[in-house]
Amino acid sequence: MATASVIQNQNTTPPVITSSGKHRKSLWDSRIVRQALIDAFRKLNPRTMMRNPVMFVVEIGSFITTVLLFRDVTTHQSSFVFDLQITLWLWFTVLFANFAEAMAEGRGKAQADTLRRAKSETTAHRLLPNGESEDVPSVKLRLEDIVIVVAGELIPGDGEVIDGVASVDESAITGESAPVIRESGGDRSAVTGGTKVLSDHLKIRITSNPGETFLDKMIALVEGAERQKTPNEIALNILLCGLTIIFLLAVVTLQPFAIYSHAPQTVFVLVSLLVCLIPTTIGGLLSAIGIAGMDRLVQHNVLAMSGRAVEAAGDVNTLLLDKTGTITLGNRQAADFIAAPGVSNEQLADAAQLSSLPDETPEGRSIVILAKERYGLRGRDLEELDAEFVPFSAITRMSGVNIGKTAIRKGSADAITKFVEERGGAVPKDVRTAVDTIARSGGTPLVVARGSQVMGVVYLKDIVKGGMKERFAQLRAMGIRTIMITGDNPLTAAAIAREAGVDDFLAEAKPKDKMDLIKREQTQGKLVAMTGDGTNDAPALAQADVGVAMNTGTQAAKEAGNMVDLDSNPTKLIEIVEIGKQLLMTRGALTTFSISNDVAKYFAILPAMFAGAFPVLNALNIMHLKTPESAILSAVIFNALIIVALIPLALRGVKYRALGAAVLLQRNLWIYGVGGIIVPFIGIKIIDMIITAIHLV
Amino acid sequence: MTPNGWLQIILFFGIILVVTKPLGIYMERVFERKRTFGDRLFGPIERLLYRVIGIDESHEMRWIEYGISMLLFSAMTMLLTYGIERLQAILPWNPQKLVAVAPDLAFNTAASFTTNTNWQSYVPESTMSYLTQALGLTTHNFWSAAVGIALAIAIIRGIARKESSTIGNFWVDLTRATLRVLLPICIVYGLALVSQGVVQNFRPYDTAKVLQPQKVTLIGNDGKQTTQMITEQIIAQGPVASQEAIKMLGTNGGGFFNANSAHPFENPTPLSNFLEMLSIFLIPASLTATLGRMTKSPSHGWAIFAAMSVLFLVGVTTAYWAESQPNPLLHGVDQHVTATQSGGNMEGKEVRFGIANSALFATVTTDASCGAVNAMHDSFMPLGGMVPLVNILLGEVVFGGVGAGLYGVFIMVVLSVFIAGLMVGRTPEYLGKKIEAYDVKMAMLYVLIFPLSILILTAIASTSSTFGLPGLNNLGPHGLSEMLYAYTSSTGNNGSAFAGLSANTHFYNFTLGTAMLIGRFLMIVPMLALAGNLAQKKMVPPSSGTFPVTTPLFTTLLVGVIIIVGALTFFPVLSLGPVLEHLMLHAGRMF
Repeated sequence: MATASVIQNQNTTPPVITSSGKHRKSLWDSRIVRQALIDAFRKLNPRTMMRNPVMFVVEIGSFITTVLLFRDVTTHQSSFVFDLQITLWLWFTVLFANFAEAMAEGRGKAQADTLRRAKSETTAHRLLPNGESEDVPSVKLRLEDIVIVVAGELIPGDGEVIDGVASVDESAITGESAPVIRESGGDRSAVTGGTKVLSDHLKIRITSNPGETFLDKMIALVEGAERQKTPNEIALNILLCGLTIIFLLAVVTLQPFAIYSHAPQTVFVLVSLLVCLIPTTIGGLLSAIGIAGMDRLVQHNVLAMSGRAVEAAGDVNTLLLDKTGTITLGNRQAADFIAAPGVSNEQLADAAQLSSLPDETPEGRSIVILAKERYGLRGRDLEELDAEFVPFSAITRMSGVNIGKTAIRKGSADAITKFVEERGGAVPKDVRTAVDTIARSGGTPLVVARGSQVMGVVYLKDIVKGGMKERFAQLRAMGIRTIMITGDNPLTAAAIAREAGVDDFLAEAKPKDKMDLIKREQTQGKLVAMTGDGTNDAPALAQADVGVAMNTGTQAAKEAGNMVDLDSNPTKLIEIVEIGKQLLMTRGALTTFSISNDVAKYFAILPAMFAGAFPVLNALNIMHLKTPESAILSAVIFNALIIVALIPLALRGVKYRALGAAVLLQRNLWIYGVGGIIVPFIGIKIIDMIITAIHLV
Repeated sequence: MTPNGWLQIILFFGIILVVTKPLGIYMERVFERKRTFGDRLFGPIERLLYRVIGIDESHEMRWIEYGISMLLFSAMTMLLTYGIERLQAILPWNPQKLVAVAPDLAFNTAASFTTNTNWQSYVPESTMSYLTQALGLTTHNFWSAAVGIALAIAIIRGIARKESSTIGNFWVDLTRATLRVLLPICIVYGLALVSQGVVQNFRPYDTAKVLQPQKVTLIGNDGKQTTQMITEQIIAQGPVASQEAIKMLGTNGGGFFNANSAHPFENPTPLSNFLEMLSIFLIPASLTATLGRMTKSPSHGWAIFAAMSVLFLVGVTTAYWAESQPNPLLHGVDQHVTATQSGGNMEGKEVRFGIANSALFATVTTDASCGAVNAMHDSFMPLGGMVPLVNILLGEVVFGGVGAGLYGVFIMVVLSVFIAGLMVGRTPEYLGKKIEAYDVKMAMLYVLIFPLSILILTAIASTSSTFGLPGLNNLGPHGLSEMLYAYTSSTGNNGSAFAGLSANTHFYNFTLGTAMLIGRFLMIVPMLALAGNLAQKKMVPPSSGTFPVTTPLFTTLLVGVIIIVGALTFFPVLSLGPVLEHLMLHAGRMF
């Protein structure tokens, strides 16, 4: 894992994520809009409409008024112009909702097209059992087929490298131009169809049938074709249906009361009232919000296997984060030199630098850098010094150089103690103390010796990535607990955990411990999210409620998780959580807005309906709308236009801030609840002024 | 409005505030079967009862079994009451030799008392024998109240328990509610009422010579007028105090006399009036504390109490204000408050109670599903009369009926939490339980049934010139209010009458009786299903990302949801009823 993470880091994007997605398009892309306009009409098909009960009711209402309009024509009704306008705006209401959905789908499709381009057909060299190869189109490849891909060719399908090492350009799906290494065995064996081999050649075992690849699944999801309603969406739909039935009841029974009061109403007016009252705003935008949520995720280069996973991300209680690569930079760095008694810091730095010059490990390089920064020690030519490099081995647990007869070594305290004692030296007490202090504070002490003399200790430190502490604080505000997973000993782990500001840590973690931790959290009813890349992460990824596999990871890991991060950036889990929350919040905010709107609509329509029979009811006409007709028409127009006005909000999602639930709710209640009461009063009044000014009624 | 009036209203609320916690804790101990002070007395009685009836005290029921037990019990007791009414002529304790109750009225009355509605389409003193009153009706006052408490407790268990398939034992809850909660309070309270002059006897009715004989003109069924000289008055008697106590405490509201709590034998003094109002809110308010205790979140109980209090205070203020206003059509009449007159609208009110105590009583009795009245709501000013109507339309969740109020507000809480959860970006949770599709479905079903019954039945009545309209004594918007009030009162299991509607007809008896059964039992089923489903769920520990249900913000949201759900549904019909009437009154027209 340690070596793998080093290489990974070279290939991934910087740890701090900017929210600007790589495939972001402008909201009103003209091609998408044009297609969406056509689709809006196509979606009028009742069988399609039935999937959205609220808007289906509006469609039925529009249909009824249309039929009655024909009767109007034949009987020369004086109210024809008004009735016609009502009917038209009712149809517009349906079309606007369809347009919103089509827009979201269109944006998804555009996203999918980008991806599909990578999926262009290629020719694969399939290996036959006799060892020869035949050329077949990539679509003919089946599970378990073996193919050879040489430099300059596209990989024909998702698979696992079984032989060879090559650099692969995965920019087609990740947008990242730096090539990555793919090799058989280990954690970097997975390849994705549509990516390009740049050097060498690979023997690949195909792991999916055509149409079932990773890319296929994702295209289907983003296009909305396979979109299934998520649990919260279903629950919300039930609420909206219930409200629709209640309002249907209120309007249908209003006619008998109107007849009792000798003020019967026309069907046009009743349908108008119904359409204004039922939650058309959220009903019309609901599926657009869902599709846009998936789309937003793709913009962040994350592929989700289901909408359910996105929603679960918003609910996550516990976040498991690997220390290395996620919380800390992949490797330790030298932070300080602590010289032994009688040795100057400069002498220690000199010895440490000499022992590290040929050392290519990040730790070694960081020692050279620190020596240069602190004491201006420049690199020296080892050949001039006639130095012989002694690399690190698991047995000696030391590395260093031999210059002539002098052996310079750096290594763990135990190893160096043994080394100097063999040469008749001893480790001074102060050095032992320094070693303990460093270990206790979460660092790694590296003792340096020249011959039998202990020179001092180099303090190697895990460097916590910038900005992590703030992010964890945000997560805490959102009510999410972060747990750091590390193979370090508890002492070191605790120190890093404290520095990074995580809530808890799991030290000396083995894969099974991780699994147990997830299960333990889940039995408490918590939802757990984690990232992983290795095959040994696969069971835990499968167990977690949200398992984000790194794209650089193994095929097993990718299949076990329910999301894949194409950038292979473990920190992105935090953004995934935010997108999940934003999805729910957008639905909640628009539902509240939609229901709050009804107050103003009542004040517009009810006096208009009955002021003719009972002039005193004009007291309820607090907006002073011009005429009963203009009042009703204004309310219907407002109801239709508000859907269009809110399309950008539905597609972009409401602004998410990492605040506690109570503060967030208060904010949203003010904006969408109180705002939802006030806005239509203003909007209806303005529309009323316009339509009476241009004499529409 | 006078300082004295306000003082009484504040004193009333203050006392409710003080008793909520101790009684709430007591009920929690009773239903969690912890040690309570009455164990040595009640324990043996309960064990004997269980042995006789064959109940296994330790048996735990799933929601379906709980619901079926409750329905069976209610059906059996309803049949029993129907039988007694029909057979009262040949049964004992009938000194006035009253005849059997007509089938439609008997059905209506049996349904009424079984459902804790206590709508009365009849004049009790000339219809029901003492036996019918005591065995057929008073027993129901206990049972229907105990059933309500049992259901509330079952719901609370559903919220409080985790990963449990059961929500308690109906028979045990029913027994404990009756024996340990209702009976002890009623005995003390009944005696207190007797001390104020409430009668308690089995005597035949008294006859008194009137001081000033009066000439009365009667119109017979054939339309002929006959004139009669009245020289004697019959004064009805009966075991009133015992029924009065449970009538109020169990939020039943069915009066021993037609005049209900306006009758001097039911409610003789301002003190008895005060006690009667207190006893309506006593258990419903305390159940919020029980909820808090049992769910280990006392502040959640208080948050709900606070939401109820807000709605209560708004209601009572509106009613008190509206009734204190002078009637604009009474020109040249001094309607100001002076030392010798109450001022405002005294029509239909008892002088011994005055405006404040009548407005308060009307608010309390409709906030809860009691329905007892000490003044005629029909004679209130339009807006004053709208307060009781709106209270019931909100679902009687302002403290509400015993038990019914708590489970009604529980549905509103679930909906509030659902909306709030979405707005903070989490799958909604209520005290650690995730609110999912099934829960929303059951909650919406509950919310839907209520307007379904009220609006459809009122619509039928208001358009049927053969059945509905002949019962009206007033025209125009007031007539609509009368019909709307009747179906609202029956569906809401309130039982108070707006008066002005001649409801003892086949049509009204049948439709109102049906509305009561719908309003009680049809609504209980989805609510129990919801509780049963909640009980099975895991409990997620709260985090700062969870919307807290203990804060003023939650209280505000809950009030908002209660008002929105009620107002949005009923605003159209209200605007044609009381709102229109109010506006027309000020334009100079009365109905």
